Amino acid sequence: MDTEKNPQVEARVFRASVGPHISSGESVPHIMWTVSAALLPAAGLSIYYFGLPALSVLVLSIVSAIVFEALAQKLAGAKITISDGSAILTGLLLGMNLPASVPFYLPVIGSAVAVIITKQLFGGLGYNIFNPALIGRAFLMASFPRFMTTWPLPQGSLSLARPDAVTGATPLGILKEEGYRKLLSHFASRHDMYVQLLLGHRGGAMGETGIVALLFGAAYLLYKGYITWHIPVTFIATVAVLTAVFGGDPWLAMLSGGLVLGAFFMATDYVTVPQLKRAQVAFGLGCGIITALIRLEGGYPEGVCYAILLMNCFTPLLDRAFKAKKFGEASAKA
Amino acid sequence: MFKDLFTIFIASAIINNFVFTRYLGLCIFFGVSKKMETALGMSMTFTAVMVISAALSWLVYNLVMLPLHIEFLKIVLFIGIVAGFVQFADTLLKKLNPTLYYKLGIYLVLITTNCIILAVPLLNTDNNYNFLQSITLGLGSGAGFSLALIIMASIRERLELANIPKPFQGMPIAFIVTGLIALAFLGFSGMITI
Repeated sequence: MDTEKNPQVEARVFRASVGPHISSGESVPHIMWTVSAALLPAAGLSIYYFGLPALSVLVLSIVSAIVFEALAQKLAGAKITISDGSAILTGLLLGMNLPASVPFYLPVIGSAVAVIITKQLFGGLGYNIFNPALIGRAFLMASFPRFMTTWPLPQGSLSLARPDAVTGATPLGILKEEGYRKLLSHFASRHDMYVQLLLGHRGGAMGETGIVALLFGAAYLLYKGYITWHIPVTFIATVAVLTAVFGGDPWLAMLSGGLVLGAFFMATDYVTVPQLKRAQVAFGLGCGIITALIRLEGGYPEGVCYAILLMNCFTPLLDRAFKAKKFGEASAKA
Repeated sequence: MFKDLFTIFIASAIINNFVFTRYLGLCIFFGVSKKMETALGMSMTFTAVMVISAALSWLVYNLVMLPLHIEFLKIVLFIGIVAGFVQFADTLLKKLNPTLYYKLGIYLVLITTNCIILAVPLLNTDNNYNFLQSITLGLGSGAGFSLALIIMASIRERLELANIPKPFQGMPIAFIVTGLIALAFLGFSGMITI
């Protein structure tokens, strides 16, 4: 039989391909959208606590992140990839790192720094060295320190009023300025303090207050396998242990500030942290040490943002240091 | 005593890192951080020159300049000491490791005019440091500069593979990376200053 002229055989040869043959349906956009969705409970809680201004800050930072991404890619002549969800995630994370009372131009400037300078100038998603949202926050912190350290207190209900009517220090701010005893006097008891911190009924950046909602989102991501425990657990445990060693309250250290938000949602960014598990443990350890150092000794009350950024600098080095040895490679070479 | 030296070392190496918090020594920093190999070579050379010139400067300042009351000449004399020692290291390296010598190129001689290498002896005299403290500051500054060089080299080697827009390739993106690292080092502000 002449196989060359048999259309059935020809078609079968044409379709043959190498593995993998079964696709799980996972993709970068899918993961980005899932992580964004995992942040929604915390975002919703912050809108409940801080009112409509919180919603406007979140919307502004997300929309401007998308616009800047499209603009930068158009200028660079690259394919516009705003539908992959990474710009939306960056905008959402940046918004959640800001106090709800900031003026409208802060999220816009922050998004510009995050998306254009930190991400697109390096070649877009996958090439950036630093976490874009955190660079945006650090930039705003250096440029507008007054706005960035004025924390509205939760209203407790949806309110139309600008939240800056009632402002107060964050728990870590009070701890730094006035001490533990003073912080405790704001609450009915030590137990009440932990519960309030867990529920997020306190001053702080929008996304960092609702610890319960953050843990809920993080648990979903862990269950889906999009993040692994290595960095968050070592990060948080290191902060708790170091705080306890230097005479602080480890539970307070874990529940206050941006530790939960940072450890689960920003120190687990695929691009800016090491790939290998052992290197990730070292990364989390470094983040924890720097956070504890800044909280205990530094000029700022909170150091999670800077700790992650500083460890981002070490990511290429950690990837190199923990690289698996080739089989038979001489160890004396290094 | 020991704690004091440790504080000086950490403060000069990390918290007040000369490159990222005072923006000194950028010429060599950008010049040799393109490859890890040259960055490592420069780190060792720089730290050695740093420690020895800090020691020599302290000896000259305390044994010669103070008795003769010629402290006002310290900038000129410190530059002279560093220049002489760098010339010595230059000749030594050419004999011992010619490959590294040619890779470091012009930057080795440029250590002479590096701001950090002059800043350290001047800081030592301003703070009235004793001999051990002076050497520790030199060692810490050298370690801090090495840290900056090694981080930067690892980042720039990774960026070789990145899809950076053409106008920003090479030096421009290196400046942006340095700016962003400096932003991260702001987190240490208000900790210890020297």
